[in-house]
Amino acid sequence: MNPSIRAVTVPKWGMAMSEGKVTRWLVAEGAAVGPGVEIVDVESTKIASAIEAPVVGVLRRRVATEGATLPVGGLLGVIADASVADADLDAFVAGFKVEAVAADDGAGAPAPTYVEVGGNRLRYLAMGDGGIPVVLIHGFGGDLENWLFNQPALAASRRAIALDLPGHGGSSKAVGAGDVATLAAAVAGLLVALDVGKAHLVGHSLGGAVAARVAIDHPEAAAALSLIASAGLGPEIDGAYLQEFIAAGRRRELGAALGKLFADPALVTGDMINNVLKSKRLDGATEALTAIAVGSFPGGRQAWVMRDRLAGLTIPVQAIFGAEDRIIPTAHAAGLPSHIIAGAGHMVHMEKAAEVNRLIGGLV
Amino acid sequence: MARKLTFRQAVNEALRQEMRRDPTVILLGEDIAGGKGSPGEQDAWGGDMGITKGLIGEFGERRVIDTPISESAFIGAAVGAATSGLRPVAELMFVDFMGVCFDQIFNQAAKFRYMFGGKAKTPVVIRTQMGAGYRAAAQHSQCLYPLFTHIPGLKCVVPSGAYDCKGLLTQAIRDDDPVIFFEHKLLYDVAEDVPEEQYTIPFGEANVVREGNDVTIVALARMVSFAKTAAETLAKEGIDCEVIDPRTTSPLDLDTILESVRRTGRLVVVDEAHPRCNMAADIAAQVAEQAFGALRAPPRMVTAPHTPVPFSPSLEDLFVPSPEKIATAVREARAYKA
Amino acid sequence: MQINRTELLEAYRKMRTIRVFEERVHEEFATGQMPGFVHLYAGEEASAVGVCLNLSDDDKICSTHRGHGHCIAKGCDVPGMMLELYGRRDGLCGGKGGSMHIADLSKGMMGANAIVGGGPPLACGAALAAKTLGTGKVAVTFTGDGGSNQGTTFESMNFASVLKLPVVFVFENNGYAETTGSSWSVACGDIVNRAPAFAMPGVMVDGHDFFAVHEAASEAIARARAGEGPTLIEVKVDRYFGHHEGDSEKYRAPGEVAKLRAEKDCLKRFRKRVTEAGLLQAGELDAIDRDVGALIDRSVKAALAAPMPTAADLMTDVYISY
Repeated sequence: MNPSIRAVTVPKWGMAMSEGKVTRWLVAEGAAVGPGVEIVDVESTKIASAIEAPVVGVLRRRVATEGATLPVGGLLGVIADASVADADLDAFVAGFKVEAVAADDGAGAPAPTYVEVGGNRLRYLAMGDGGIPVVLIHGFGGDLENWLFNQPALAASRRAIALDLPGHGGSSKAVGAGDVATLAAAVAGLLVALDVGKAHLVGHSLGGAVAARVAIDHPEAAAALSLIASAGLGPEIDGAYLQEFIAAGRRRELGAALGKLFADPALVTGDMINNVLKSKRLDGATEALTAIAVGSFPGGRQAWVMRDRLAGLTIPVQAIFGAEDRIIPTAHAAGLPSHIIAGAGHMVHMEKAAEVNRLIGGLV
Repeated sequence: MARKLTFRQAVNEALRQEMRRDPTVILLGEDIAGGKGSPGEQDAWGGDMGITKGLIGEFGERRVIDTPISESAFIGAAVGAATSGLRPVAELMFVDFMGVCFDQIFNQAAKFRYMFGGKAKTPVVIRTQMGAGYRAAAQHSQCLYPLFTHIPGLKCVVPSGAYDCKGLLTQAIRDDDPVIFFEHKLLYDVAEDVPEEQYTIPFGEANVVREGNDVTIVALARMVSFAKTAAETLAKEGIDCEVIDPRTTSPLDLDTILESVRRTGRLVVVDEAHPRCNMAADIAAQVAEQAFGALRAPPRMVTAPHTPVPFSPSLEDLFVPSPEKIATAVREARAYKA
Repeated sequence: MQINRTELLEAYRKMRTIRVFEERVHEEFATGQMPGFVHLYAGEEASAVGVCLNLSDDDKICSTHRGHGHCIAKGCDVPGMMLELYGRRDGLCGGKGGSMHIADLSKGMMGANAIVGGGPPLACGAALAAKTLGTGKVAVTFTGDGGSNQGTTFESMNFASVLKLPVVFVFENNGYAETTGSSWSVACGDIVNRAPAFAMPGVMVDGHDFFAVHEAASEAIARARAGEGPTLIEVKVDRYFGHHEGDSEKYRAPGEVAKLRAEKDCLKRFRKRVTEAGLLQAGELDAIDRDVGALIDRSVKAALAAPMPTAADLMTDVYISY
């Protein structure tokens, strides 16, 4: 088989994904492509996302037709040098076999697990090995599944750990005062329990403030800091969104709230709403979110702004915002090494995953 | 933490966890422990389907009460106890037995709040099994939820899987109104991811099981999995079905159904109950009334026939709606030309 | 059990209130201004009051379609009841229940019940709650001779006995289930004969004798509170009116009611006994009679002047949340 021929396949976004639907080809056959170039839109029940070319080359074959549904690992297209013979490409396509990809309950799939920290149970998902570990900390109302487009990519070359903050996802619902310090202490405890060592702390929104607080309080735990649409950089935040999210007990209300997180609200799928509802409907979840809103964002303002203390950190720090963030002002990135990504909202790491992954991977 | 639980285990866990949380929750019914007054084991059965197995061991005879075969007495007692400080969960072994206790449900429990000028609270749950496919024939196989849905004052829950079952049953027990909780007996062994933690699912919110744009399929209880199977078959033919599981028939989330039909223009309702005055007829009528302009084909109803449930396997298999019948109805709705 | 002066005055006031209430409803109903239909309790007052004087607000009773007497005996608000009979918005049940569904759970009155035999299972439930929660409270279910023949009643007696529930089954046998004579419809003659079949004590009392009813109920309720299970009490009573207002009563013997009123009147018997024994003075009882007359008069006048429920009330109170 010609090693310069590279398959573009349906990625596995999150544990439950088993297939993806090709919605639109973005480049023509014969186009020069490479990392950073989006070549095809694929939609799972969770979210739609563009797939970037994995390598530099020419898109020689668009194998999957628009509208087709393929299993995870299914062949979307083929990238190769212009010099590769058509016969070789045809042979490659004809001989392509979808590797069995573990389904959500399959033995090979990474599954979340639990660790006891200070009497509370925290859920986390670990993937990959080696490198400087990356720790992914979600935002208010989120959970470790928020990183489904990031964690597998980052884990290809390092240990990547995503966790559920106290009060969220599968973690215990006790959040104490609900302030950033309490949440940061829980994360620091988890890092010790998992023997993570120095890690690149990546936090989104509230999780960004938590990551920064961990880096400030526990310098020994932090190798770098990526603050994505981060809290903690200024007092403003859309307090009404927080209240709307807490109050949303039903699919329709929650869908409307989640739409505000994306530049393109159409990205909010029924599955995404259902997954958030599953977490929100656990006993104690609403109380925990309320406590965090009160403890971290009293009166719809951020209680803990650590801009001054970031200046004292000697580790690499970067801020990443979506240009169309409607929850936290993009202006909060000012003064930090920052990347403002066009066409993305508050959930920039989902909407522009490949770009965010490159930035995270490139910091250290 | 989510792990696979069968529907049966989900009912048991919902009861166990809520009984731990709330000391006013009691269970009563026939053989729900099993062996009371008999020389052998207590907890011999845990209900005729083993749903409540093990609960008497944890909560004792005071809270897990085997009753004589006296449905009027124990269902009525559950109702009366609910007005007097308990949250009873009574098990009516088969919904077909409603004939011997219906007064206590529809004339008493359902009406207290209204008749008494809003001053009564009757937080009773009546769990009951329903459904054909068990070769149990005419008096043990019916899907009688339409009869209960008809009665103002009752809430009716028809879960289609273990996850919904646990959340809806927990909600039912915490709910302050009388709730009839229908368990399809052929779902008992079907497993799904179910969180260990307690959670509630609000009544009156449909679950959109599958999103699609060509035809809306509304299905209840066991029929939801049949509708999903049909939708998968139809997807291969290029027909994109939306599958909606109302989860509760009272209250009914008509908004989600209407929203879907306004998009697809086509409605197929699948209901294992007999065809007259059932949920299929009710939903089709309400959609016709409220979204007539959006309909591009007449609503189709896939239901059991207007016969008692037959015994012979060859007949019973004909009686129950099938994925094939659903797919045929969808194709016809899609092909319809005015 | 000794009854003190205060309790005697209370008993008389309640019995008199029931009598005057029912006599007045009889008159008012005939004017055509009272909607629906009513089943009057006049003549049976000593039964309701003799039993309920042994109960607190936290003890529960279940009643029948002939429920006004039980409501008053258990402490329901009388003007509120009259408003309810007239279907008024401010009635005890907001005008949504009417005569056959009057209830006040805060008084332990779980409802008049238009389904014959509807109450016994509910009373078992209230008793089960009392037993499970260990409150020491009891439940009493009033059933007529007609309801004594219902399956629900038989089931409940067996259920209560098997579970040793603190419940008392009071059968008010007034001789008629609508038109059908209980001497024919009750196969074992007296209802009390059924008690042994359910392994519970049974006692029969004269329902015109307040003291007899009170004593029998007192013993049964004490047994129930002590955890010794259910008791059956058959109270032989007579109704002064028809099954409901408008009943021609052709099934009754000629002159039967006039004879009853003359010879079997629990109020007259009570007055005679307490005054002769020097327990109460006639003047005290006369004063109660005047009070009660004024109360019922006020209640009727207020009800007639009160507003009806409106369209806004139609859809409320079906569910607590929906």
